[in-house]
Amino acid sequence: MTTVENLVSRYREPLETYPLELAADWKKMHPDKKLVGCYPVYTPFELIHAAGMLPVGVIGAGNRLEIAHADSRFQSFICSIVKSTLELGLTDKLKFLDGIVFHSICDPARNLGSVFTRNFPDLMVEYIHFPQNMTSPHTIDYLMAEYKRIGVSYEQLSGNTITEESLRKSIALYNEQRRLVRELYAIRRQTPQNLSTVECYVLTRIGTLLPPEEHIAILEEAIPQLRRRNEKSKDRIRVVLEGSFCEQPPIELLDGLEAAGCYILDDDFLIGWRWFSEDIPTTGEPLRNLANAYLNQSVYSGVKHDTREPKSKHLIDKFRDTGADAVLILAAKFCEPALFDYALYKRALEKEGIPHLSLEFEEKMWIFDKARTEVETFVESMLFD
Amino acid sequence: MAATTVAEKTQYQGQMHLLQKELMGRYFERVTRAAEQGEGKAVYMLISGNPVELIQAFDLIPIYPEIDALQLAVKKSALPFIQKAEELGYSMDNCAYVKADVGMFLGDRKTPFATIPLPSLILCNYVGCNVYLQWFEHLAEYCDGQLYNLDIPFLRDPSGHPSPEDISYVVRQLEEVIEICERLTGKKLDYARLKQIVSRSSETEEMWSRIKGLTKNIPSPFDAYFDSVTMMAPLYCLRGTEEGVRFFETALKEMEEKVRMGAGPLPEERFRFIIEGPPPWPYLRTFRDMFSKWGAVAVASTYSTVGGLWEFGFRHDSNHPLESIADHMLQWNVTNRNFLQRYQQIRRYVEEWHADALVIHSVKSCRLFSAGQGDMREYFTKDLNVPTLLIESDLEDPRYFSEAQLKNRIDAFFESLEHKKMLRAGAEAGGVA
Repeated sequence: MTTVENLVSRYREPLETYPLELAADWKKMHPDKKLVGCYPVYTPFELIHAAGMLPVGVIGAGNRLEIAHADSRFQSFICSIVKSTLELGLTDKLKFLDGIVFHSICDPARNLGSVFTRNFPDLMVEYIHFPQNMTSPHTIDYLMAEYKRIGVSYEQLSGNTITEESLRKSIALYNEQRRLVRELYAIRRQTPQNLSTVECYVLTRIGTLLPPEEHIAILEEAIPQLRRRNEKSKDRIRVVLEGSFCEQPPIELLDGLEAAGCYILDDDFLIGWRWFSEDIPTTGEPLRNLANAYLNQSVYSGVKHDTREPKSKHLIDKFRDTGADAVLILAAKFCEPALFDYALYKRALEKEGIPHLSLEFEEKMWIFDKARTEVETFVESMLFD
Repeated sequence: MAATTVAEKTQYQGQMHLLQKELMGRYFERVTRAAEQGEGKAVYMLISGNPVELIQAFDLIPIYPEIDALQLAVKKSALPFIQKAEELGYSMDNCAYVKADVGMFLGDRKTPFATIPLPSLILCNYVGCNVYLQWFEHLAEYCDGQLYNLDIPFLRDPSGHPSPEDISYVVRQLEEVIEICERLTGKKLDYARLKQIVSRSSETEEMWSRIKGLTKNIPSPFDAYFDSVTMMAPLYCLRGTEEGVRFFETALKEMEEKVRMGAGPLPEERFRFIIEGPPPWPYLRTFRDMFSKWGAVAVASTYSTVGGLWEFGFRHDSNHPLESIADHMLQWNVTNRNFLQRYQQIRRYVEEWHADALVIHSVKSCRLFSAGQGDMREYFTKDLNVPTLLIESDLEDPRYFSEAQLKNRIDAFFESLEHKKMLRAGAEAGGVA
């Protein structure tokens, strides 16, 4: 049996040096398989999988890659992940991919899709426009058509047909993966002393790089061990973290945040890979189920504008449901969606009298003293107030 | 190099500018009456691919927060509002249009040009710009107006066109907007009236398109960036009205007359350039003078196609009003087209409008325009051999306008362009083998 400690130490290192290494290695062992990179935030992975390919999370390059070419294409005021993703491409580190898909999450990510199309003619570059009208009865038809269109593109790339049966199977498989990740998060909510943020992060992140079956096996081994853990709770405040739904903070920063005195009960890291609050139905028309789940079963996010309920209400609900003491906003530098959301969150949190701290990070940062000091000061102000 | 020593301010006024002032003055009076006397209901909308025809058909008042924000910048009164928004939690790195507007909105909404009414409907025509969604989401939280996200699928197919499903999705949503407007006004949509408005739009677009074609002349009769912006406000606020038609008749006549006389906006046209990106509103005049002193005239601009791209042939169609409004929103504006389609739009301008160079004005606020413009420069300089200048400032925030730096870059660029021109002229005249 592999212990959680071994799993985490085995996978943490590659995630920090070259986050795509696991997937690139997997491709070497399976040269006949096709891989499709998925830029954040969410993508319907099931469509790629049902076409016989492996979806892989292309979620930045970490803090060890030097940006030497991409910063002449994207300006200084553009976020890190856009530049690091292009840098990966320009330095041939995405060669193991057969395709890549971008989404309508923000303007820089969208333009990045076009820049990829021009610079990497051998790569299939796709783009999904997710609907932002969540109230019209016609939206579901649009989204199904969009999924059908993207499905045809995947069929052409893979040479396989996506059948209702294969799509249903993929949905069931990803349901299982998401269910286990939800279990992982439930453990952290209830007993954060038994599962650190970094452990939870590593165990979730490898699921963006491995076939779901392999990830499921890993989680099935890890979860019972975590349930048996019985660590003593430390004198820390409990927070929910919000704002890191696209670019990912360095793992060392996550270490630092906890060490500075808080248990992170919930967060929005890698949120696209845990997009649904419940299983997608596997009976009935699978494409409709997939589209309907996006519209009606998905989590809230800075890149989804659902006029039915304010985002700040969701954040406050999450704060209340988890029994947290405070909210920590951790937004990527230059991330317009997260920075705009902060203005709404701040207003709502102040109205409700909920303590909160806002920090900015960059995936490429490697000095964490300032962030750590800010969190420590915040924690002290709460513990000794 | 006598041209570089000219320092005095150049005059750019014409009849068209005066009429614009009068008509926009009247529009802002109507806006103020709505705010102060409750005359009429306001619908907030966004410029990109705006469906103003529908709003006109219900006699609702179109309010564009972008126009309000840029007016604040032009009148040099944006900064206090931007700072107020930043105190409320908006970031230094958020779009300053939004910050100026939010800062103004959360006060008494009085500006140097109008008092802005609260919205009865916040119609977020999400055409390209993702910040639009945030902007109107925020305004909706700050007031009681109803928010509707009119979702326009981005052009993502290699064909460059929307799919039939995209079109029907937009038409269905337009029908929902009509229902909302009917509830708001207590009136049924007068379909014949809508058709008449759409037909006036089409007339306006025909004239606007002809005006834009006139800059193919040498010299160009007007500056397709700095003078086009004068025509853009009537294009968005008054399109579909009789006043709007009258304005464009006047403008077209004036410009055709200039072509006949061989007159341009400057005493001598020495360089023709294409410009990409929104203008620096807080320093528009200063910025213009930096080009004028070189005798450089913009003969086409992408910014003037934000609200609609008509010079390549699209017109609203009164026989299919809703479908043509949808078509306009989906593909006949620069913002909903993908970045590479914009490269091709600029390429057409360079070729068909006979330009010497491309100037990219990269603005921090608007990442829709700016993100990746370094790649655009790469394409034009390396693949097409078009001299390209990339400069940075902002469209709203005066703190990002560095006059000396911009001036140096622009001077160096045109100096080298002049040098190349001289060498070429020398080679042609001297018959160097």
